[in-house]
Amino acid sequence: MNEIQSQFPKIYLYRRIAMAKIYIDSRYWDHINLDTISEEASFSKYHFIRLFKQTYGKSPHQYLISVRIDRAKLFLQSNKAISEVCFLVGFESISSFTGLFKKVVGQTPSDYQKAQLTRRIEINQQPLKFIPNCFAEQNGWKKNSNFQEVSIV
Amino acid sequence: MITNMNHVSIFVLDQDSAYDFYVNKLGFKVHTDAPMGPGMRWLTVCPPEQPDLEISLMAINEGMMFDKESASQMRALVSKGTFGFGVFQCHDLLATYVELKAKGVIFKKEPTKEFYAFEALFVDDSGNWFSLGEKDKS
Repeated sequence: MNEIQSQFPKIYLYRRIAMAKIYIDSRYWDHINLDTISEEASFSKYHFIRLFKQTYGKSPHQYLISVRIDRAKLFLQSNKAISEVCFLVGFESISSFTGLFKKVVGQTPSDYQKAQLTRRIEINQQPLKFIPNCFAEQNGWKKNSNFQEVSIV
Repeated sequence: MITNMNHVSIFVLDQDSAYDFYVNKLGFKVHTDAPMGPGMRWLTVCPPEQPDLEISLMAINEGMMFDKESASQMRALVSKGTFGFGVFQCHDLLATYVELKAKGVIFKKEPTKEFYAFEALFVDDSGNWFSLGEKDKS
């Protein structure tokens, strides 16, 4: 790391920005505000927002929303109730969660969950529909086309 | 006329560990995770901004693809870092490098300005290595 420090003297800035990103990744469910994150990164709020956006192409707030929506998608796939998912990912009201989810994903949380659960059942019952033939043949999976016995719904 | 690639395979030593590496460390998204019978699983992930490229994390198991000896040889080759599977890109190499280092990813080569690109090389949890480059910011 010392060698890279001499080659790129400003790498300490990247470390602080990356740590802020990791902070958002790990604390997305918490009440995070920009002051908290910029303090964590030892920047002024304005400087922090500018550097974060320059580095990741999104403002810290936009990034936080994208992490929350991504996590919500995973929780919805595991069949959790929408109200539970809303609070698990750090939203304070179901209506703001639902509205933002629809804006980002293009489906309501409920529709997304239904579609994902249908897809999961289909994957478990007919996995070969999701696998290119060359891979299925190479692995000998075409000979055993009944996977229902081993699937976990 | 071939237009694009939508599936590619990477041979891994352990699919659970590979899942953790590609999803939790690199930030890839799971596309399909299907149980295929005892000890077998079809697991594909996608880079976050390339949802149409499924990277299949293929376990090296004795079976149709590998006989016992070949599987053993393949595992040994992968473990010792024989295979370089491709080039990933990021918006900012230094930021991505420090983030992945903080998450425990091992780099064979730190970010270096080469005549052809600004690049680093990292290794996955099995031993496969990849180049990591920066998208042109201009």
